Amino acid sequence: MSAAAATAAPATAPDGWHLDLRGDGRRREEAIARLHGLLLRAARFEVSRRRASLPRLTGGDLDELAQEAADDAAMSVLRRLDDFRGESRFTTWAYKFALLEAAVKVRRRAWRDRELTLEPETWSQLEHPAPSPAATAERGALLAAIQEGIRTALTPRQRQVLVALALNGVPIDVLAERLGSNRNALYKTLHDARRRLRAHLEATGFTGGRR
Amino acid sequence: MTTDPDLDLTLLRLLGPGEPEVDCDECFELLDRYVDLELADEPAEEILPGVRAHLAGCPACAEEHESLRALVELDHLS
Repeated sequence: MSAAAATAAPATAPDGWHLDLRGDGRRREEAIARLHGLLLRAARFEVSRRRASLPRLTGGDLDELAQEAADDAAMSVLRRLDDFRGESRFTTWAYKFALLEAAVKVRRRAWRDRELTLEPETWSQLEHPAPSPAATAERGALLAAIQEGIRTALTPRQRQVLVALALNGVPIDVLAERLGSNRNALYKTLHDARRRLRAHLEATGFTGGRR
Repeated sequence: MTTDPDLDLTLLRLLGPGEPEVDCDECFELLDRYVDLELADEPAEEILPGVRAHLAGCPACAEEHESLRALVELDHLS
């Protein structure tokens, strides 16, 4: 994929998209073809931005990924055309579907052959070196309180999701795929876990990371 | 939160933004409008409260926000 292909301007005036896609016959067919071109441009843009996470893929592989993302995004846009209320530019609204599809595909491809560590005991990232003895003591107390909170204040599911997403750096879409869930459901679990952990820290005397 | 940026990042990941936020689905629904408002120098967070906090707490949605903003900025330049 070339940089020029990823940065070419859209060929249709933004305000014309929505009406054309609601048109009949040839007008609609041509609009769908233009829409696909627009979405492919966005998908290539996203794949290009994330290509460092896929070092083993060829240019052809990456473009295939972008094509798949554009195809899926076109289906989503056409299915949800009635949801567009004109509160943004149509192109901005359509782009987000292609960017989402491409980003999710890139994340999942990058982690496809990686084993996920879902054991909640893997808390190595909590071991931060501190610049001074005083800071070491304060930090040690904070990290100990966090570890205790993770161990005692969370449900097993909240612990699993928090550790995977917040400590082990697993992308939420990858975890969702492995657990048979979806991004929104996992984020709600993460949100609840964070709320419980904050409450635990406040109960042990920490507010905003300080005692 | 602390004087250590690395620790602050870990705390943000663990504890989240700690303020009212939309969820991922709501963020996706609002993201196009949010970006257009940002690029028009409108007070996006006042008009669509909770999006900024969610972007601080959700790396995936934040990446897609950055990409959408960058792509629309390119359109504005062309």
